[in-house]
Amino acid sequence: MSDQQIRKARSHVNQSEDLIFERSAPGKRGMALPRLDVPAVSAAEALGADLTRDDVSGFPEISEIEAVRHFTRLSTWNYAIDYGMYPLGSCTMKYNPRVNEFVARLEGIATEHPYQPAELAQGCLRILRDLERALLAITGMDAITLEPAAGAQGELTGLLVIHAHLRDRDGHPRKKVLIPDSAHGTNPASVALTGYAVENIRSDASGQVDFEELRRLVNEDVAALMLTNPNTLGVFEERIADVAQVLHERGALLYMDGANMNALAGVVRPGDLGVDVMHLNLHKTFSTPHGGGGPGAGPVAVKKILEPFLPVPAIVEEADGRLRLDTERPKSVGRVKAFGGNFGVLVRALAYILAYGPGIRQATEDAVLNANYLRAKLQDAYDLPYSTPSMHEVVFSDARQRKNGVNTIDIAKRLIDYGFHPYTTAFPLIVHGAMMIEPTESESREECDLFVDAMRSIAEEAATDPNLVKSAPRSTRVGRLDEVAAARKPILRWKPSE
Amino acid sequence: MRYLPKSDAERRAMLDAIGASSIEDLFAAIPERFRLKEALAVPGPLAESEIIGYFRDRARETSVGYSSFLGAGVYRHVRSVVADALLQRGEFLTAYTPYQAEISQGTLQWIFEFQTMVSQLTGQEVANASMYDGSTALAEAALMAERLTGRHRLAVTRSVHPEYRHVLETYAQHAGLAISTVGYAPSGRFDADALRAAVTPETAAVVIQSPNFFGSIEQVAEAAEIAHAAGALLIVAIAEAVSLGAVRAPSEADIVAMEGQSYGLPPSYGGPFVGVLATREKFVRQMPGRLVGQTTDAAGRRGFCLTLATREQHIRREKATSNICTNQALCALAMTMHLALLGREGVRELAEQNIAKATYARSRLEVIPGVQRIFSAPVFNEFVIRLPRSVRVVNEGLLRDKIIGPFPLGPFYPELTKCGLVCVTETTTREEIDRLAGSLERILASETNDAAAAPRTAGHRA
Repeated sequence: MSDQQIRKARSHVNQSEDLIFERSAPGKRGMALPRLDVPAVSAAEALGADLTRDDVSGFPEISEIEAVRHFTRLSTWNYAIDYGMYPLGSCTMKYNPRVNEFVARLEGIATEHPYQPAELAQGCLRILRDLERALLAITGMDAITLEPAAGAQGELTGLLVIHAHLRDRDGHPRKKVLIPDSAHGTNPASVALTGYAVENIRSDASGQVDFEELRRLVNEDVAALMLTNPNTLGVFEERIADVAQVLHERGALLYMDGANMNALAGVVRPGDLGVDVMHLNLHKTFSTPHGGGGPGAGPVAVKKILEPFLPVPAIVEEADGRLRLDTERPKSVGRVKAFGGNFGVLVRALAYILAYGPGIRQATEDAVLNANYLRAKLQDAYDLPYSTPSMHEVVFSDARQRKNGVNTIDIAKRLIDYGFHPYTTAFPLIVHGAMMIEPTESESREECDLFVDAMRSIAEEAATDPNLVKSAPRSTRVGRLDEVAAARKPILRWKPSE
Repeated sequence: MRYLPKSDAERRAMLDAIGASSIEDLFAAIPERFRLKEALAVPGPLAESEIIGYFRDRARETSVGYSSFLGAGVYRHVRSVVADALLQRGEFLTAYTPYQAEISQGTLQWIFEFQTMVSQLTGQEVANASMYDGSTALAEAALMAERLTGRHRLAVTRSVHPEYRHVLETYAQHAGLAISTVGYAPSGRFDADALRAAVTPETAAVVIQSPNFFGSIEQVAEAAEIAHAAGALLIVAIAEAVSLGAVRAPSEADIVAMEGQSYGLPPSYGGPFVGVLATREKFVRQMPGRLVGQTTDAAGRRGFCLTLATREQHIRREKATSNICTNQALCALAMTMHLALLGREGVRELAEQNIAKATYARSRLEVIPGVQRIFSAPVFNEFVIRLPRSVRVVNEGLLRDKIIGPFPLGPFYPELTKCGLVCVTETTTREEIDRLAGSLERILASETNDAAAAPRTAGHRA
């Protein structure tokens, strides 16, 4: 299709903008401070010259309007959920409700200090307690910590809990953790941080954990299996309860990576499946904004027997109903972050849950509906390496297009010209040339149809005019960047020209 | 439901296109016995106005209306509405990690600017795209030092924030990193002789904080000398980033782990904040976290992309430098915008205002009968006072005057039970400081009188 025929998007003029340091001119500033109401003191006189610095060399000097234009111009170079579908598999790029932003900024919410006395923090603690209860209802687990700052830190926390529990139970923590070959990279990296060895376990022909292989591998050295469910192929691990049983019989635990909880909320509770520990990514399933890469929150939910090992502080309720933070937990794995969890993120997640209530199930159903709709509409154009039913995401491969020299990254880049963010490329690792598509519930049928049209059109281009696809994107401010040069001689900061 | 863009008719039509008779068909992979039959027991659904109502009710159960002198790692500073309005643009707020560089140049360029400003402030050569917070940045810095030196011990000064040390212990225990703790001197700074004695040929890094937990500004150059003489690295933690507008940058450090909250982020009951990690160029390949680098496209146009990804978990899995994936991007953007608005003059003036407030507050508090200064080293915007009574008891009295008093040091430092950490910033008015001084003086005077008149109550005081 010629670029003029693309319905979803067309190019328009956007502003150029230099680095902020290049716009700077001495003597300008963009912010005034309140008038000093005490006697002025120079740093040198208060601290001594040896502890004092000169002005920060090279620091920007710009006015307020220039700052506004600078960042506004930069913003227009980004794609965003607010523009359209963001089908990144396993990333759950859903709508981020604006009311969540509003409430997180209220006086009495944003303004509170983590060390203020509990009697002046009851509102904050009540928010945390209400979120804990809601997440426990959704996961079917018994206890939860809201401390971890992101999913990967949740993984680390969950593994530390397993480690502490096993050491408490058996006197030693065991040696290794099993991880399916389809897992996210954070899983093995988190395992390494806890001192466990990683042992990979392969997937079977249906894309699920090879159950016989699992039976063979689980022995008294295995502390746990980390299982993403649905897994990164978007496939529900149908034998998860049997998996849990095998592990439990041999004294090991089942860790569930809840990155894909968006396929399950309101439909099935991991706690009922035999899961012992799991983390949630509130910036995925619970709609807190990705913000270009964070902040997130990675609560960890556990079964009762693991509760004593959760990190400090824990929220406890006194007999009179008042809440406080408890740090006296002798079996706790310790503290994973100063000052507690990412409260502002937790506020947003609770606002999201309150908006849906039990209706969160409808979101889950729509997410699964959208993924299956895309699958049905695209499976004759792209190779489907696993025909197992899809949940919230579908993974195709570039096998057909590769014959014409077009790979998953080329197709992804061409999607940009069609007005879409690319899907997740080249992951999971068990699919060569993977194209991992997760539309989420936030997409209308119309947006899904536009995506289908775009993907089908690109498949045709790959067959008839492969160079068009390989040279994409054509409509962006910059073309494909020289990443090799960037890594060979890294330029990681601006420096004034000599 | 207002967030869901489909009518029931559209759902039906989509099911038909799939060839499913009902939505249940799409969940057939989940064994029937595990599928929930009843509705979830969660509150809602609520309208937007009801959600706001719930949070306004919670906000009333907090400290609104009180003056606060709490710092201890989380600081109240002025923030510009300009930055907050800009970062709520959907293109910043609702974008993903900038893996697709061609449609993420906005994010990539501001991260490059963030890395630059952090490097300039900290006196380091390079900085990454952010960590979760100051405490985890410090833990990651320690693991980085272990990789760089191949050594497995840390010498950590007790004047490093106790919660940072606690997090460091959580991370270090499984990495085989042993921690020796080094005391502080009467000045409030690290005890240099004790530090020298604690550093051995097995020491991977010396860890100090400046300004330290007591507010005292450390002798970074001396710590560097001690560390480097033994072939160890120096890690400097910074909890109060605003200090860098006036306090000499820790350029002798090998790694700086900083909390950036002070520049543009509210206290928010403990997070989200922004961890900062900066280091020497030669150590960059052992650095955790994302990095943005400058490059060009085929037409020679300047552009930015994520780089050196072979350090990271999505490529290297268990051999990665860290498990970190999501970081604190939007918070780092808030900091970038705030620093851009303040600019070269503003960061200096801000720091000097804090020094002036602290100087004034000391002059008012340290003259109150019974109140003592205990450390002699220069401070930035926090300082320790010793009271004749338990800080907790005094704070109860202050609360009655709608003042949240000094942070009690006793729980973290048993030898400092009657000591409190007072923080003032540019947001603390002279009137508030005077009110604290008046209130404190009255409470201490009346307690003295009470104690003289009614000794039987003395036993109740901790």
